[in-house]
This record gives sequence, C-alpha cells and structure tokens, in this order.
Amino acid sequence: MRELGVGKPVRRVEDDQLIRGFGNYTDDDVPNAAAFMHVVRSPHAAAKIAGVNSTEARAKSGVLAVLTADDLEHMNIQPIGSKVPYARAGGEPYLATPYLPLARGQVAYPGDAVAIVIAESPGIAADAAELVEVDYELTDFVTDVRAATAESALRVWSDHPDNVCFAADCGDADACAEAFDKADRIVEATYEISRIATVSMEPRVATGSFDRRSGRYTLRAGLQMPHETGRDIAGALGISPHDVHVISPDVGGGFGMKLALYQEYILVLIASRITSRPVRWMSTRSESFQSDQQARDNVSKVALALDAHGQFLALRVKTLANLGAYVGQWSLHVPGGNVGGLAGPYTIGAFDVSVTGVLTNSVPVGPFRGAGRPEASYCIERIVDEAARQMNIDPAELRRRNLVQPDAMPYDTGLVFTYDSGDFPAILDKTLAASDWDGFAARREASERAGKLRGRGMAFVIESAGGPAPRAFDEHVELRFDTSGVCSVMAGSHSHGQGHETVYRQLAAEHLGMPFDQVRVIYGDTQAVTHGRGSFGSRTMMAGGAAFIGAAQKIVEKGRKFAAHFMEVDAAEITFEEGIFSHAASNKSMTMSEVAQSSYIPFILAEDMEVGLWASCASSGGGITFPNACHISEVEIDPATGTTAVASYTVTEDVGNVVNPLLLEGQIQGGVAQGLGQALMERIVVDPDSGQQLTGSLLDYALPRADHINRIEVHSHPVPTALNPMGSKGAGEAGCVGALPAVSNAVCDALAREGAPMPDMPFSPERVWRALSQANAKRQSA
Amino acid sequence: MYTFDYKRPNDTAKAAELLKIEDDGAIMSGGMTLLPTMKQKLAAPSALIDITAIADLQGIDRVSDDTLRIKACTTHANVAASDEVRLFCVALAKLANGIGDPAVRHRGTIGGSVANNDPAADYPAAVMALGRTVITQNRQIAASDFFVGMFETALDEGEILTAIDFARPTRAGYGKFPNPASRYAMAGVMIAQFADNDIRVAVTGAGNDGVFRWTALEEALANEWGIASIDAAAIDEATLLSDMHGAADYRGALIRAMAKEALQAAG
Repeated sequence: MRELGVGKPVRRVEDDQLIRGFGNYTDDDVPNAAAFMHVVRSPHAAAKIAGVNSTEARAKSGVLAVLTADDLEHMNIQPIGSKVPYARAGGEPYLATPYLPLARGQVAYPGDAVAIVIAESPGIAADAAELVEVDYELTDFVTDVRAATAESALRVWSDHPDNVCFAADCGDADACAEAFDKADRIVEATYEISRIATVSMEPRVATGSFDRRSGRYTLRAGLQMPHETGRDIAGALGISPHDVHVISPDVGGGFGMKLALYQEYILVLIASRITSRPVRWMSTRSESFQSDQQARDNVSKVALALDAHGQFLALRVKTLANLGAYVGQWSLHVPGGNVGGLAGPYTIGAFDVSVTGVLTNSVPVGPFRGAGRPEASYCIERIVDEAARQMNIDPAELRRRNLVQPDAMPYDTGLVFTYDSGDFPAILDKTLAASDWDGFAARREASERAGKLRGRGMAFVIESAGGPAPRAFDEHVELRFDTSGVCSVMAGSHSHGQGHETVYRQLAAEHLGMPFDQVRVIYGDTQAVTHGRGSFGSRTMMAGGAAFIGAAQKIVEKGRKFAAHFMEVDAAEITFEEGIFSHAASNKSMTMSEVAQSSYIPFILAEDMEVGLWASCASSGGGITFPNACHISEVEIDPATGTTAVASYTVTEDVGNVVNPLLLEGQIQGGVAQGLGQALMERIVVDPDSGQQLTGSLLDYALPRADHINRIEVHSHPVPTALNPMGSKGAGEAGCVGALPAVSNAVCDALAREGAPMPDMPFSPERVWRALSQANAKRQSA
Repeated sequence: MYTFDYKRPNDTAKAAELLKIEDDGAIMSGGMTLLPTMKQKLAAPSALIDITAIADLQGIDRVSDDTLRIKACTTHANVAASDEVRLFCVALAKLANGIGDPAVRHRGTIGGSVANNDPAADYPAAVMALGRTVITQNRQIAASDFFVGMFETALDEGEILTAIDFARPTRAGYGKFPNPASRYAMAGVMIAQFADNDIRVAVTGAGNDGVFRWTALEEALANEWGIASIDAAAIDEATLLSDMHGAADYRGALIRAMAKEALQAAG
C-alpha cells in the first residue's frame, strides 16, 4: 500500500465521478412531493416595513403558503448571532443585530429577506412573490464604512448607540509610540481591500423536511460544518439537537461562505412543517449576489517604523472593517481573529493594532478563503515593499534582514501568535532561485522592447491554521469495519472540493494497509457520523488526520488481539505491517480485512471479546500551526489599455508534512487564482446614491478565467510541526493569502518605476491606465 | 420567467403573420439576449416566435464578387468558421469568433444581434463599417441608416430582419477590448478600406448612443494610412459612455488602442 500512502501524488478518486455528472449535490436528490420556496427580498437599502399584504399571493393557484415575520413571531425563533464574543471599546458586548429568519419592521440591505412564498413549482412561487405587496417607507442609509463611523452618521439600527459593532485592540500602543519616536524612517499608507463575492459554482441550496411521525427535521444543504449547523438550528428553534438531522452531500465550493447558518436553512424547515411537504430552495446566481455573505471590505491605515538599516521597529495598523447590516456567525472573527498575521515572518519590535467592525446597509460579510489572513498579509507586505522602495533596498533583502531565524523557534511575535516552526530564510532563497529573481532586469528590458511595462512583486506570508488561536479545534473520526472487511471512515470533517475521499484513503493505506477499494469515506451526515466540526481554517489534515491516526492505532491494537486469538499465538509476538498481522515463529498471518471479517463471527470469538472491529477518536488537537510561503509574481502591463497579465508566478510553501503533493499543488494554485482575481478584477460595487449593488451578476462582476492565469509554479519546503501527529500545517487557504499581496506588489512595482501613483485594488485596467496617465501628465508638465 | 406561447414557423411570411396576430409576440433567433431578459422577468412576451427553423434565413451566399449575404439566423460560430466569410473578409470572421463564449456563439445569430443593437455588441461595428444593406421581408435598408440609437434600429414594428449584405473591403481589421466580466466590447473598432478608397471606421461598446462612425479617423486615414493618424484624430469624449467599467476618457484611450490593433490587423 506504500505507493498509495502518505506523501504520494495520488490522483483524486473523486474527479472521475464528479466530472462525469455522477455527483450527489443537494438538488440532485429531491423528494417527489417537494414544494418550492421563493424568498421575497428587499429592493431597498433601508426602509421601514409599514405592512405586508399577501392576500393576492396566497390566493394564486398552486401557492401553499406565504409567510412573513408576523407569521413566525409566535415561534420565538432566536436571532442568528456571532459565534465569537467580541466587545465594544468600553467592554460591553458587540452590537447584536435582529438577524431573524425574516426581517421584522425594517429592512437593512438590498436583498434582506422579507417574506417567503411556498408553491408547487419555482415558477409559481416566483410569480406569486411579485403579488406580495410590501409597503416600504424608505429611510436613509449608509453603505460606506468611513461614512458609517462619522459622528453624524445615521445608524443602521436605531436602537444602537452608533454603528461600531465591536472594537479590538492588541499589541502595546505605548511601546509602539516609543519605537516610532526613535525611528529613522516611517512609511505610511492607507489600503482599501475590496469587497468581493465568493461565487461558488454550486449556489446555496437547501431542502427541508419535517417528519410528523418522529417530530424531527431533516435539512439537506451544502454546508461546511453540518453538525454545528444542526445544533445552531436546534438552538434557534428551541428544540433538541437530536431533532435536527443535517445532510450535506457533495458541495460545489464553500470557501468559508458556506460556514454560516443562513436564514433560508431555518425557513425551509419551518415551511415544511407548516405545509406538510418537503420544501426546496435554490438561489439563482443573482440571488447569491444578494444573499451569500460577501467578504473582505476593509480600510487599513498602516505605518511601519524602521531604523536606518531597515530593521522593523514597530507596526501600527488601524482597520475599519465593513460588516454589512447583520452580524453573521463568523462575521466578527474575520477582521478580529486573524490580525496576528500582520506580524508576518518578521521580527517586529512593537505593535499597535486596532480593528473596528462597522455595521452598514450592505450585504453581511463572512469568511472567504483566508478569512482575515489575506487582509493582514496584504497590509504588512504592501508596506514592506513601500519601505524597500523609499529606502532603495531590494525588497528581498529588506525582508531577509527582518526574518525570524529558524533557531529562534518557538517565536512569540508579540502579536497574538507564537510560531512553532519554520525556516523562512531557506524558503526565501529557494523562491528567489526558482523565480530567477536576479534575472528580472533582462526580462523587464524584453518586455519594454515589446511595449510593455514589467513589475515584480514578492510576498512572504504566514498564517494561522486550525485555529482560532491558541488552541486548535478538535475533529472526530470513527473507523468502522463491516462484515465484508471493508473499512468505513466516518469523518466529522466535510469535503466540499478538497479531496478528502482521496486523502483519508491514503491515510488508511498508510496506517491500516487497506487498499483504496476496501475503504469508504463517509461525511456530511449527522446521523451517520456521531460528531464533527467540519472543514474550515485549513484544518482537516491537522485535526482530521490526527483523529484518524488515533482511531487507526486503536484498530491495530484491537485487531492484534483478534489476530492472536484466531491464529492462536501470543499477541505480543504479532507484527502489523502493510495491512498484515504476522506471527514469524508460526509463519501465520492474516490481513486486516480477514481479521475484521472474522471479528463478526461470534462463535469463534473468546467469551470476553466484543463482536466487530471499530474505533473512534476525537483529536483534541494540539496548538494551531503556521503554514508559510514566499510568493513571487511578475506582471506585464499594456500601457495603452492598462491591462495586467501575470507573466510568472512562483511559490515555495511550508505546509509541514505533505499528504498528497498533487492535491497540495491544486490547493495552492486555486488559492492563487482567487487571490489574483481579487487583486486584478474582483470588486463588489455599490451605487452610493441608491445603495444598490451595481455588480449583481457575472455580466458586471469580473472573475478570473483560465486565460488570466499563467503557470503557477509550486515548490515545497516542508518543516514538519510537532504540534500534531501528522506534522502538517494546513494548505487550503495559503495560496490566496499570498497571491493578494504578491500580485498587487508586482503591479505597484511596475507603476512605481513609471512614477505613477498607486491605486487601490483591484488593479483593474482602467485604474492602472489612469495611474499611468497621471504619471504621463506629470512628466509632460515638468 | 412568465408563461408564454412558443411558435416555430417554417417560413418568414408565417412568422410575420404570427407576429401580427399575437398581442405581444417577440421574434426569437438565438435568444441569447431575449431569454436571459425573460428569465430576469424584464421581458414578458405573450409568444416567442422562433425563426430558426426557416430555411431561407440560414446560410451564407456570395451573391456577387463584392457582396456577401449572411442570412439572419446564421450563428456566430458558422460565420467564424465559414471559408466563404474568410475569403471575403477575414476581419468579419474574427469578429464573430470573439463574441461571447462558445455556447453563445453556437446559439446566437447575426440577425438577432444586429436587430437588438446592443451598444456593446460586436456585430453593429461590422454592419456599420462593412454593411451595404440590411434586408427585411418588406424592404432593403441602407446599412448606414439602420442603427438609430441604443437598442434602436430602423426596423418597423412587425418587420423581420432576414439578411445582411456586406461589401467587400480591400482591407479591414477589428480590434476589441472585452469587458473583463461580460466579454462584451468596452471598445470595438472595425476599420475598413474599399476599392474606391472609401474608408470606414465604426466603433462599438464605447458610444453613449450605441455604435458610431469615427469620421475624424476616417478622414485622417484617407490622408495617411498609419498609426500616427490614430494618435492625431480627435474623439469627442462627451459622446462616450461612462460606467463602472470605464469612464469616458478611458474609453477614448481604448478606442485609440483598439483602432491601432484594427489597423495592424488590416495590414
């Protein structure tokens, strides 16, 4: 089994089935009698709801029910709130929002759910939705995060004192101020990090069923943490978690956006109980732009203090984070929970970091690949490049002077995190060599001869995985052999594209010697899998892998006892290798599958033996880990149109021990694609006059396509962590974290060489062209 | 999408008759604009009259040495792949090959695109620069008179576009800057020169009233066929579109850049 074990580039077992259309996504399995739910959404950024008249909609043929907030009031449903307890500056709790299944009395963003129509078909439901008359009294609104913090700003929620939902400070402001006072150089900038949409290939979908006989609900939906979502739904409805069965089958992309509990998941369940029918809902692409949590949307004022040699003395970062109109379950964690990434791989003398989370009349935000890590890395890596420019030091050299050395591990950064391991100088050297850093001048000249500008950008990023800090969340794995000797891996993690069906098989090959076709991987069903956390924060190999190893060790020990009994030898003399229990002296052996099959035959067992072979383990996790990487990107800009093409991209990753290099490369490349998408083209645009989203479809919201992405060269430099038995650090978000600053730095490098100002992201053709035009105008007037 | 009737006549006269009978019928060719609009509930025709089964509306004919007729329901993919089109004017095939994505190119048709006159569509630039005549079931309309304004054409109510006659240029080229999101043109420039030294430059995607002729460049190129003429020709930015994808001055720059591409392609 070694050729399929840990560390081998095994091709994904999922792909053949998924590509041929044999996937089992939520809407691939709809009960025959299912009715369809349509959500009536607010067309306004802010309004009072003076009344809702649904008489005509209810009367329409084929309509089963129309529900508004008033119809739900007697159910006393608890609002959705933050899963992490952030506070305001004075210490009082964060400002909670009335995030109920349907808006009561007031709508707070365009897309806010006001009513639902349940009908026999999607078409009837949509037509009836137009007959629901909502009497809106328009009110003023605020969508810009800076405007929302102004003293005179109107409040998104009138019962709040202001729009500041929470504020978090960390570091040592006094020490930082002192360092700035004695600095030889202070570099300052303000960075806007655009708001983006996830645009998962499979939109959000849910089917709810209520079973009258058992009094239990079943939710089938594309989720990243089905167990947690089930518990939260039970909490909202005030029922036992046992009465909510959650199934999350194949999922077409989550990226953090599908972590949260959304209103529609509660609504399909309530609607099913009321109509005595299974109820399905599927958002259209337009609806996903209105109702999927969006991401990023920060304004950060960044200042770096350096001494004359370029040593980083202190970093000050003040961030305003736009949270949207409602506080989602993980909305506050994103800007608040990953500020530790601001320290980068560097020794920085002091920090003064504050984050202010602000409510506005816009779509609620949530995690998206990196979830605060790309934002933090963007701030530090942009300002380091800026410092290099101002001090005329090679940006690689400036970074090198400040890297944490391997012998300094474990290293307490002074800002939340303590890095356990890493060899940053080696990774820097490897990436410089792989990207031919020193050959840039010649490539730039070649580009210029072709009428193009060339820029080079580096980002050295480090992030936390498996968090939140300081302790990693647990994960649970149960290994259950059946009477045929096949091993089911019942995993609490959830695969929504990552390839878990492949890597758990690799672990089974490695630790149990099981062939791939003798292993089933089961996840995403709270009734089949006893306990689970789900997949987020680049954690599954660390936590799920550790749980797997724990369970596998128990299986081997149990199996050894069975084998000793069956072979009539001493258990202590049995070795287990490559899936075979062997006893050298007697030349007897049994495979794991044979032992498992025999374990189900009661009359051959000893009296004190329990029937069957199974074991489970919940790894309580070790500490969080710190994947890190050096990214170098080169871009070519066409000055006539401002178009940026990524000419080359090189990454060296330390994600600890690698379970599958092919999957790792795919994770890094996918992450880089999403990061460069945000850097170059993605941005949610809201019309300031109406509060309406102007980028409501893929006609206006630009996503990167295959022809925007050049070869992404991925190298590995694993420095295993001792914090979990896998030695792995997490790879899911790493590519995205590094690409945002690396590509942006490359564009800015090209612009700086032309004396052009640096616009904010995305570095769209128009913004780049405008910056170059300004530089031209300045040159001509000089 | 609202409910509607669906008709698929097999001759143009029948289609015209249906259009007359229906309260609010709509002619559909590829449906690449109409269907998404209906899905968004922004259009609600009582009946779709699908004209793609009409044999007379399919195909490409070289009607004379210097005239190519492309029938209304010819898909972009068929235009792009046609040897007849390539021999006649390779820029026209190239333009067709750059519309939308493969799915759109295999459904969308020249007649649908031209009759719709989307300000960011590619074909209006081809018709304005290379078109001789737009043909309907009732009459022939000079190509230069066809486009009236954004989404507006000289077609009367009940009139069905059946074919377009293109004039053969001695050289022609098309340059397009696609919108990064939609891949519609943010600026598309067709430059064509004809045997009588007539020069036409048509610009799509950038005008605030749809496709237009850039006459300043036509005159400049007549004097001197070269890049310098593009740099020198005036553009009135007040006539250009400004939206979140590009302000008028940027679109002006794109027009120049795409004109250069077109000129280079024309040779």
